[in-house]
Amino acid sequence: MAEPTHSPQHFRAELPRDTGEIQRFTGEVIEAAERMGYAKAARFAVRLAFEEAVSNAFKHGHAGLDRSLTLLVEAEVAPDRIRLVVEDRGPGFDPGAIADPTLDENLDKPSGRGLMLIRAYMTRVEFNEAGNRIEMLYRPTGEQA
Amino acid sequence: MAGEESRLRITKSDGVTRVEFLDRNILDEANIQKIGEEISNIVDEDDRPRLLISFANVDHLSSAALGTLITINNKVKNRGGQLRLSNIDPQIHEVFVITRLVNLFEIHEDAEQALASFS
Repeated sequence: MAEPTHSPQHFRAELPRDTGEIQRFTGEVIEAAERMGYAKAARFAVRLAFEEAVSNAFKHGHAGLDRSLTLLVEAEVAPDRIRLVVEDRGPGFDPGAIADPTLDENLDKPSGRGLMLIRAYMTRVEFNEAGNRIEMLYRPTGEQA
Repeated sequence: MAGEESRLRITKSDGVTRVEFLDRNILDEANIQKIGEEISNIVDEDDRPRLLISFANVDHLSSAALGTLITINNKVKNRGGQLRLSNIDPQIHEVFVITRLVNLFEIHEDAEQALASFS
């Protein structure tokens, strides 16, 4: 059992469209969060947000582009915050143009829930102007870390 | 086709097909698509399919997995069938609450309750 550490840890990678690579990077971030003392609920939230952001970036950000294009991903795990960045090589999108998937008329539509889940689980979510870079911040509450 | 690589355990009794997942994480899109096709084939086998999907042992799922469940639900309804979900981990259940999918799916605490609810 590793001793808890409180020094911020940084991760950065060029992530290919490869399940093993994605899970390896995500696993490193989640393990760092666990060593930092983050509880299961917090780790669930961070994993979910990161996986959704990566999935959106490949599926929508790189739609119609070369499948060999990578994403630039970063993570910072500190005792008071976890910061995640996912940047794709696509032209970007307007996050305000996504339909609300929780409306009655959209409930039985199979897509469009990734971004709303990210927003629900993260403390702060920001896009760059082009809309091809998402930065997600998770700040623990007393019960979560 | 279930085949050797199926990530599902499928059993049938009393007219209800019960589907369980072998993986703890349902995240990978290719895997989700495969699971969706496999369950879709099960739905196609009956005129009025009665399907129970149990999430026992599942720790994580993605919005793509939710999308696949919605597609299956639509298909079951179109065929005049019934779909029930059960054994959902509290953290995953919260995802169903946040997305308001608790209003779309009939969710039961355990498989026994779900089986008893089929008409």
